[in-house]
Amino acid sequence: MPETIIVEHIGGVMTVTLNRPDVLNAVNDQLAHELHEALRQAAREAAVRCLVLTGAGRGFCSGQDLRGRAESRPSYRDHLRATYNPIILLLRTMEKPVIASVNGVAAGAGMSLALAADLRVASERASFIEVFSRVGLVPDSGSTHLLTRLVGLGKALELCYTADPVDAQEALRLGLVNRVVPHDELNAATGTLAARLAAGPTKAYGLMKRALTYGLHAPLDAALEYEAHLQEIAGRSADHGEGVAAFLEKRPPSFHGR
Amino acid sequence: MTYENITVSQDGGIAIITLNRPAVLNALNQATMDELVRALEEMERDPELRCVVLTGAGRAFAAGADIKEMAGATAAAMLAGYRFQQWERIRKITLPIIAAVNGLALGGGCELAMLCDMIVAAETAQFGQPEINLGIMPGAGGTQRLTRAVGKARAMEMVLTGRPITARQADALGLVTKVVPAEAVLDEAVALAKEIATKPPVAVRLAKEAVLKAFDTTIEGGLDYERKAFYLLFATEDRTEGITAFLEKRKPEFRGR
Repeated sequence: MPETIIVEHIGGVMTVTLNRPDVLNAVNDQLAHELHEALRQAAREAAVRCLVLTGAGRGFCSGQDLRGRAESRPSYRDHLRATYNPIILLLRTMEKPVIASVNGVAAGAGMSLALAADLRVASERASFIEVFSRVGLVPDSGSTHLLTRLVGLGKALELCYTADPVDAQEALRLGLVNRVVPHDELNAATGTLAARLAAGPTKAYGLMKRALTYGLHAPLDAALEYEAHLQEIAGRSADHGEGVAAFLEKRPPSFHGR
Repeated sequence: MTYENITVSQDGGIAIITLNRPAVLNALNQATMDELVRALEEMERDPELRCVVLTGAGRAFAAGADIKEMAGATAAAMLAGYRFQQWERIRKITLPIIAAVNGLALGGGCELAMLCDMIVAAETAQFGQPEINLGIMPGAGGTQRLTRAVGKARAMEMVLTGRPITARQADALGLVTKVVPAEAVLDEAVALAKEIATKPPVAVRLAKEAVLKAFDTTIEGGLDYERKAFYLLFATEDRTEGITAFLEKRKPEFRGR
């Protein structure tokens, strides 16, 4: 059983709660390992049709736990390769919707985790800090790639240079989060959205995620070709058949994610 | 003809050979290679066949040689064996062969894919020559075909570290013809095969041989070979049909003569 995270699987929704509230859910090796295992399970299990990532207590995730770092002088490169990079890749490639339910501060690698989700629902108390420059480091765990794509190069550089916190409303304005809700309503709002996505055409969602991700860096002709292939695949899915039947019968579709 | 390690299907002018030992990631043991050669030789004799697609069942194309078979082998036994004769035989098949690399293509699997004329790769495919990790090295063309395909620097990295590359990297290096979503890899390879199947078969076989000559000969020898093959095609009915159809602005009907 994991000790630093809480994993709940209700209906089609798996919720992973980072659970080191006394340190604002800072990531130590154990948490990284347990989170990676939970994400692998979420990616593997067809019964999981939406993943929610959130934090226990006041914070979402304060990033790398720096305690012990000064003495041990690890290779940051090796640490990132072994620890964070596989987690970020898994979040970006698992073929089902991933929602970050940002309940408080998301700093450093914690911000990267939120950025690696497909959607971000933020509490009014959420804030985002690319904290790395304060300690003379470079944003990591995908932040340099993901932040630029969400807010553009100019704003991304500002956030990375200054390490100033972005509050929830500003994050919404920047397109950094998808929606902001009152703090007390965060769980309900995330739950409603997650349940809705978990009842959706998961196979098509997964293909969309692939296509949109591919489209970020592909020329138009290649993206069109890629779309055509994915549409062929989606067209053979059971959910597509159900969607068309439901449309013709004027009833809501009942998708099974296949 | 029955097979135990591969499955074969044929539709129109296209044959699909599927390496079918998914439990061992389609490891290429002698029996599988024997069957593969047997199937290809038979296909080569079939006048209706135009193109072959080679793929793997399950999550691998082929994850290398059968290590168990080699475990007890001595250098003398390897030398005396006929293991590599099978590869030579496949090299001389005149039909075009397209590898539909659905997943892992490692060691002998990577070499087999490179032995094919074209590679359509799943975006989840991986190519690698991990033999070095076992105290050996590529033995079925890995050091030669990989180097010719991607150049010395990248081939050396792959062969000396044993690290695989992704399909997208392989695409950037020119190792593969195209990369498509995994679910589409066989469809795409078959579509490519069908396109080739509409071309004049004698010209296709000679053109394949001429392209392969580029690897085996000097530029001068290759150009001489190309020219002879070019002249030869002027003795075919398909040449007359192709040029007549072009001038008459209609689709040609090639007969393979």
